[in-house]
Amino acid sequence: MKTIDALGVYYRKLNDSIDSAIKTDKNITLSGVFGQRYIGRGLSKGVKIKIQGVPGNDMAAYMDGAEIEVFGNAQDAVGNTMNAGRIVIHGRCGDTLGYSMRGGEIYVEGNVGYRVGIHMKEYKDMKPVIVAGGKAGDFLGEYMAGGAIILLGLDLAEGEEIIGRFCGTGIHGGKIYINGNPDKYNFGKEVEKVSLRDEDIAFLKNHVDLYAKFFKKDLSHLKLEAFAKYAAVNKNPYSNAYCSN
Amino acid sequence: MLCWKVKIMNLNFNSPLFEVIRDEKKCVKCKLCVDQCSNKVHLYDEKKDIFKVDDMKCVNCHRCAVLCPTKALVIKKYSLEYRENAMWTDSAIKEIYKQSQTGGVLLSSMGNPNPFPVYWDKMLLNASQVTNPSIDPLREPMETKVMIGRKPEKLEFDSKGKLTTKMPPQVELSVPVMFAAMSYGAISKNAHEALARAADDLGICYNTGEGGLNKDFYKYGKSTVVQVASGRFGVHKEYLNAGVAIEIKIGQGAKPGIGGHLPGRKVGEDVSYTRMIPVGSDAISPAPHHDIYSIEDLRQLIFSLKEVTRYEKPIFVKIAAVHNAAAIASGTVRAGADAIVVDGFRGGTGAAPTRVRDNVGIPIELALASIDQRLREEGIRNQVSLLVSGSVRNSADIVKAIALGADAVCIGAAALIALGCHMCRACVSGKCNWGIATQDPELVKRLDPEVMHKRLVNLVSAWNYEIQELLGGMGINAVDSLRGNRLMLRGIGLNEKELEILGIKYAGE
Ligand code: SF4
Ligand code: SF4
Repeated sequence: MKTIDALGVYYRKLNDSIDSAIKTDKNITLSGVFGQRYIGRGLSKGVKIKIQGVPGNDMAAYMDGAEIEVFGNAQDAVGNTMNAGRIVIHGRCGDTLGYSMRGGEIYVEGNVGYRVGIHMKEYKDMKPVIVAGGKAGDFLGEYMAGGAIILLGLDLAEGEEIIGRFCGTGIHGGKIYINGNPDKYNFGKEVEKVSLRDEDIAFLKNHVDLYAKFFKKDLSHLKLEAFAKYAAVNKNPYSNAYCSN
Repeated sequence: MLCWKVKIMNLNFNSPLFEVIRDEKKCVKCKLCVDQCSNKVHLYDEKKDIFKVDDMKCVNCHRCAVLCPTKALVIKKYSLEYRENAMWTDSAIKEIYKQSQTGGVLLSSMGNPNPFPVYWDKMLLNASQVTNPSIDPLREPMETKVMIGRKPEKLEFDSKGKLTTKMPPQVELSVPVMFAAMSYGAISKNAHEALARAADDLGICYNTGEGGLNKDFYKYGKSTVVQVASGRFGVHKEYLNAGVAIEIKIGQGAKPGIGGHLPGRKVGEDVSYTRMIPVGSDAISPAPHHDIYSIEDLRQLIFSLKEVTRYEKPIFVKIAAVHNAAAIASGTVRAGADAIVVDGFRGGTGAAPTRVRDNVGIPIELALASIDQRLREEGIRNQVSLLVSGSVRNSADIVKAIALGADAVCIGAAALIALGCHMCRACVSGKCNWGIATQDPELVKRLDPEVMHKRLVNLVSAWNYEIQELLGGMGINAVDSLRGNRLMLRGIGLNEKELEILGIKYAGE
């Protein structure tokens, strides 16, 4: 395992040195990361990166199979248009997490920002998943076209809301699972609550177990049957909106 | 917003747009028309041995008329007219009928057809007489090659005269023409193949549009520009590295400010595979990129693409020509774009809301002149190449665009017309009888890429020669020497303001 000291290194140089390092050792650690962008962009299967510090925007953009573990918080647009791989963040995460991701998994220990999972999609057996342990900001799963978002809402303080407003606005595919009964929130009009089936429970169990493993937590108290599931009202929302001229 | 919509049965106030006229004397009853019309206009009644027509369904695509072996068919404008009224025109009335019947947003195809000024036709080119003699392209070498990409501030050489400046990545075009972005989904696979092969033969580029890139076409990579739009369909590392450049689509001339969507019915097995979305699901491209709200955000996307392609590909940014296009272009250069593609308000589309297509945006000629001027004033014109599209019809338009400041042009409609498009503007139906704007395998088959790509090669070759002739006439022997040379243009029928924006003098001045 090779360690690269990233403190004060410009992002372009840092990403170059990651490229050269993985030629000989696919397991690397970056220490002293402080806002450098695009770490792990496009990296393929087999590469494993551990990050100490706070990686900058667009971490793991277009990532294609690599695994990244962040010991710290992450900034905006983590996993932008990601194709495959796994990201584990021991901390919080900023806005547009998983924008347009098509495959792979992202686990965030704590809260996530606005517009998380925006325009996530899926294709055949590529089904992206985002699991966040805390709460999410407004517009969770906006324009979502596929994949799944699981929001655990662990350790929320009294009066703290698990989601913001307009969750699922413009959604036309995929699933959003929210711990508890979020009926009181202001959802987008394109999303509806649907009943939880056995396969949903199995799916949740699988990912909750992984979350517990990654973050070394005992989640045996979580009642998976109590999760609420949301999905698109209509897969073809605009099919009747037009008349040809 | 659509909640008051009600279904109304059997109450269509509209009359047909076209009338199919069959000359019984010429017709040999081969029934080819019945077979060829995907709109099912022609019907043959076996029992009575007569043809029937349903004029209502005809879109005037000329397929039946062109293929009829005896030329027995003519399509005419339907003669039933409303009482003459300069305000309440035919289309104004008919559109109200349509909307009051369906409650739908009007959706149109191809570019804005309305009689706005065409500035190309109000500019005239210069030619040499006596002094600075003209050059004959048949005898003299002529350079029509252009390099698209950011150019360095200055060049440095070592003591042996070898270039030491590291050149930013460039795309070489043998002719200052590219095929405009048209997605697989909006047009057929065979149409895409024809564009790709022609671009490859010609040493120019075609553009995938936002529909991803079919695996069969990766082999044309050196002639491919891949597009990244807000929907990010089919965008992944391999795709981004497949072409010679990446284009970020911010806007489109036919529908500035709005996104697009391919209806689920057009997402069959193959389109699904290329876009990487499930069969039958709507492919929705939101109006903005959700990670771009500022020039800084645009910069973040540009550099994420540069990072994932190791700074080997120029990044184009495509914007629609809108009121403040010059300021937007300036910001785009500063965001790190290597080329800007500006699409004028006449730019084509597979489908756009009629009101947006016909009312939003500005003519490309004016946008081009003001962008080029602004970038020069700011001293950043060298940092970017400028490509224009949206109504370039022929080689003279190209030469005028270059004289106004463009590096090259993109052609969409002109390329489709070379492939057989008859400008019926019915693309949105997905039943294009010419195999272009359709995903119906029976219709797609009608466009043979082997034959059709040669038509494109012919078209661009002919234009290339014409460009050389026009250049030679001006005493110029390289496209590069014409760029921004507005002294080669004179205006006709333009007012002071128009001349000022175009930066040209009046004919006779
Ligand atoms: S739609 Fe085209 S093929 Fe059909 S009748 Fe009209 S012109 Fe002929
Ligand atoms: S592409 Fe086809 S449908 Fe569209 S205008 Fe041309 S001929 Fe008509």
